[in-house]
Amino acid sequence: MSASVTDATTAGGLPEANPWGAPPRRRRRKLTFDRALFMAVFLGLPVAVFVIFVVIPIGQALFYSLTDWSGFSPVMNVVGLDNYVKLLNDETFLKALRNNALLTLVVPLVTLAAALAIAVVVTTAGPSTGQVRGLNGSGFYRVVSFFPYAVPAIVIGLLWAQVYDPAAGLFNGILTGLGLDGFKDYAWLGEVRAAMPASMFVMIWASIGFYTVLFVAAIKGIPAEIYEAARIDGAGRFRTAISITLPSIRDNVQTAYIYLGILTLDAYVFMAALNPGGGPANSTLTMSQHLMNTAFKKGQFGYATSMGVVLALVTLLFAALIFAIFYFAGGRDKKGEVAR
Amino acid sequence: MSAVTLDEQAAPARADRSRRTPSDALVAGTSHTMLIIWSVIVIVPFCWVLLSSFKTSKEILSSPFTLPAEWSFDNYVSAWTKAGIGTYFFNTVIVVGTALVLVMLLGAMCAYVLARFEFFGRNFIYYSMLGGLTFPVFLVIVPLFFVLQGFGLLNTLPGLILTYVAYALPFTVFFLYAFFKTLPDDVYEAAMMDGAGEWRTFFRIMLPMAAPGMAGVAIFNFLGLWNQFLLPVALNTDRKNYVLTQGMASFSSQAGYNVDFGALFAGVVLTVLPVLVVYLIFQRRIAGTVSTGTFR
Repeated sequence: MSASVTDATTAGGLPEANPWGAPPRRRRRKLTFDRALFMAVFLGLPVAVFVIFVVIPIGQALFYSLTDWSGFSPVMNVVGLDNYVKLLNDETFLKALRNNALLTLVVPLVTLAAALAIAVVVTTAGPSTGQVRGLNGSGFYRVVSFFPYAVPAIVIGLLWAQVYDPAAGLFNGILTGLGLDGFKDYAWLGEVRAAMPASMFVMIWASIGFYTVLFVAAIKGIPAEIYEAARIDGAGRFRTAISITLPSIRDNVQTAYIYLGILTLDAYVFMAALNPGGGPANSTLTMSQHLMNTAFKKGQFGYATSMGVVLALVTLLFAALIFAIFYFAGGRDKKGEVAR
Repeated sequence: MSAVTLDEQAAPARADRSRRTPSDALVAGTSHTMLIIWSVIVIVPFCWVLLSSFKTSKEILSSPFTLPAEWSFDNYVSAWTKAGIGTYFFNTVIVVGTALVLVMLLGAMCAYVLARFEFFGRNFIYYSMLGGLTFPVFLVIVPLFFVLQGFGLLNTLPGLILTYVAYALPFTVFFLYAFFKTLPDDVYEAAMMDGAGEWRTFFRIMLPMAAPGMAGVAIFNFLGLWNQFLLPVALNTDRKNYVLTQGMASFSSQAGYNVDFGALFAGVVLTVLPVLVVYLIFQRRIAGTVSTGTFR
């Protein structure tokens, strides 16, 4: 399949490649009955589905978080901010919050750094003479890297739970095969020290491919003339990557950071597969797992939704923080373009 | 030569080979080594699962590396029938298929109107949808449970389909919005001139013109919906309505320490294989789609 890796970006007929050139004009048109009916149906149906299943539940969540509702009894008292006060003293929740913070600190950083490195190498690390291009065989690496993205996260979790299995797992099998007998029955997911890093590795393993493809697409959008000019000025491959590639795809990196951050703040699926019980001594428990337990196992729906609200707030806070960091790290000259 | 070339197999590569400098060889050597190690880390677990899926549980527990004594499909049979993977597979195909068609249709309709008509509240609707893209599903999972219960749709496939549609809608609208925006007005005017109404114009002209974008978004929605886990776990607790992902999860946890490992591995293969095939067929288009919309 890699025999002719064509330029998919232009082949796909994407918005940027508008064959008609001039941007379309929108104008207010006369409102006939036909047109009114058309708009009512075309807008009404999707918006109705969105409002019923997304907007209304969000509104309800905000209200439930202020009550002591158990979920299965009709009794519901508005308790104001009591749930939130209780959260501040919930040791398990705070532990989960810290675990999420750690995940969000480490996983996106490692994933994006690795994805960027791979993307740069497969696009621009080829020979220093002739056209600027990637390493030979880079199509293969790109395709293989993306593999895990096509596999359901829960299945990735189950797969790695088996790989990490103390007795029959692949990992310990390899390690003992290499002569490291100390790992014969080492429970990677059962030791407080190892459980979190092992879980992080799985999340990183699962995400690198997607972001590699993403960055490759972005790098392909950079005009080759810029690279050639840099080369004539004597810039090496490393210098080019730092001074040209990285700044050119800064916005993509920022968006990727936010996406991946949201994923790790959630992290439910991976953790549910790897450590359904929250890991040894809650060492891998996440807010989302604690929320699901509180809601569906303990039947404290009001309290659980307040956790959901906190999770949403943390997510927004995280996004704002990333915007701010990227803004102050050199985005000021591009005001208006930085944010969508 | 307008962009960095990715055609590493292209003919010009051969011509340069003689002029390679030592630093080229060093960079290429190091990079290839790293990338090959990475590829092995990605591929080996998959191969191991495939190999194990042909072994008996006893063989699996005795050594992770030995080849199966005999290549039998017993594990696949027992995963498909006893563990219910067959039923879950069937459910998943129905739910994902229906939801995919619905979300593409509704998403295209919504994006079309938002992108090409001026009316009051247009921006409000668009940005609300964008907001829906970033909200964690966990916030709404509890109320959503009761919304579905209220409609009598809890634990039913139609309920799950509608929820899938609602949560895939923002992404779809967001992507297709950019697409419909670039379609030329002249074509629309011409259609109007020829007497086609709005409906006809959309279904006969605009929708076919947006086909490349639709295909890309459909692939992403397919992957996303096929992988969906949280929504079914919370909203679809009737065992006979299980989808693959939750079926796999319960399969691995229900038996505790008596898991039928062989069947579990076979189940993983059965879940992974269809998506990998879809991915390998469409991988070029996926690479193209990723660069669209979201990041520009």
